[in-house]
Amino acid sequence: MILMKDIYKTYGNGVTALNGVNVDIEQGEFVYIVGPSGAGKSTFIKLMYREEKPTKGSIIIGDTDLSEIKERKVPYLRRDIGVVFQDFKLLPKMSVYENVAFALEVIEESPKSIRKQVMEVLEVVGLKNKARSLPSELSGGEQQRVSIARAIVNHPKIVIADEPTGNLDPDTSWGIMKTFEEINARGTTIIMATHSKEIVNTIKKRVIAIEGGIIVRDEQRGEYGYEI
Amino acid sequence: MAMRFRTFLRHVREGFKNIFRNGWMTIASVGAVTTTLILVAVFLALVLNLNEMAKSIEDDVQINTMIDLTATEDDIIELGDKIEQIEGIDSVSFSSNDDELQKLIVSMGEEGEAWHLFEQDNPLNHVYIVRALVPEDTERIASEIAEFNYVDQVNYGKDVVEQLFEFNKYARTIGLALVIALVFTAIFLISNTIKITIMARSTEISIQKLVGATNGFIRWPFFIEGLLLGVLGSIVPMAVILGGYYYLYTNFNDQITFSFVEMLPFNPFAWQLSLMILGIGAIIGIWGSVMSVRKFLKV
Repeated sequence: MILMKDIYKTYGNGVTALNGVNVDIEQGEFVYIVGPSGAGKSTFIKLMYREEKPTKGSIIIGDTDLSEIKERKVPYLRRDIGVVFQDFKLLPKMSVYENVAFALEVIEESPKSIRKQVMEVLEVVGLKNKARSLPSELSGGEQQRVSIARAIVNHPKIVIADEPTGNLDPDTSWGIMKTFEEINARGTTIIMATHSKEIVNTIKKRVIAIEGGIIVRDEQRGEYGYEI
Repeated sequence: MAMRFRTFLRHVREGFKNIFRNGWMTIASVGAVTTTLILVAVFLALVLNLNEMAKSIEDDVQINTMIDLTATEDDIIELGDKIEQIEGIDSVSFSSNDDELQKLIVSMGEEGEAWHLFEQDNPLNHVYIVRALVPEDTERIASEIAEFNYVDQVNYGKDVVEQLFEFNKYARTIGLALVIALVFTAIFLISNTIKITIMARSTEISIQKLVGATNGFIRWPFFIEGLLLGVLGSIVPMAVILGGYYYLYTNFNDQITFSFVEMLPFNPFAWQLSLMILGIGAIIGIWGSVMSVRKFLKV
């Protein structure tokens, strides 16, 4: 499903974020990406939806080789991958409803189907009553949940989340995790970068630990492994 | 890939919504469009009218060839034939001394009554009224006519006509240059304002790309928004032109009593100018908006 071979990534300023990474993630897996800040987790994630390109190495998602994909095909790749951004990346002038609906408008769903699916997913993340609010009127946790709703609303094959619970209180965090487990149970691949020892150690899944740009540990049903 | 109609509707809807979402930026853009288009409109109205007036004055220039009093009827006909053969002649028409006297009486109004006395013993010459095909040829033709026999005097208001031509030449060039400069300033100012409003939205564009929107999908609402900004900005200038021109035309055109100078008629001129302003506004709006978005689509 996701295959990374000998990935190197050096940024324009000379910083090397990834230093030879090899990963194979199967369809339907649930994977935690752990590691200290600056270890290369975010870069690892950005490569998958092609916000960044590797300096060297190949990434294959499904049957698409990202190193050969044409620029104009990138949007279509991104539609199969729901991304929950660390900084939410909500459209500031659009309401909660409009932000989530955007992901469906892009794939040209019918207005009727959009309305139905958006309301359903807002129910899932517990924001049905905030549908008309602007992002600026929401708390950080609520904005995070809008971002999650947008990522999962079009039932992508892969959901990638960069610290989705970083700004949430414990109750909401567990609620979000429950949502992730549910969509994972439907066969969606989940890749989640996190600093939450509690979550990783409680909901046991595959753990990939990145340090200094290389994978130092890759275990099924692994532990968080770092002291906070 | 062809866009679905409902997606097109979605883009139109988004374009309209953006007008409201961007509140002050919209007002700034529309304000810039309005201000510059008013300038362009007023200036265009002025230049086009002056141009028309100059043209009608030029076209009105005629050479009055006073025929010698001693000329016989045959001499007069021969003279007329000779004049017609000069290169660049538009028309030659004969006006007898009686016609000339009537014209004089009419043009003098009440004071002209006294001239009726001369009807018995007319002191005026017969006249050939000659028009040049190209007004600028007037001087050459006049001097050629002056060489012929039985020409008493050739009259075409030499100094005035020459100065007028000279003046018109400069006025037209300067007017045209100013209009072009003004339109370019307008394009620059408006597209810059729109650029600023869109630059403030570069994050918005990059987010849309990250969520899987194609460039076309992102561009359409901006296209509609630009069009709307241009059209909204044209409303006041159009009203100014239609209202202002109507006022001037109805109040002042009658007072300009020289028969040969007239304002361009309100209908269709003011309507045509308004449509033109609307067109300029729409094109500038779209252009400014699409050009600005283009920069940010390379995420």
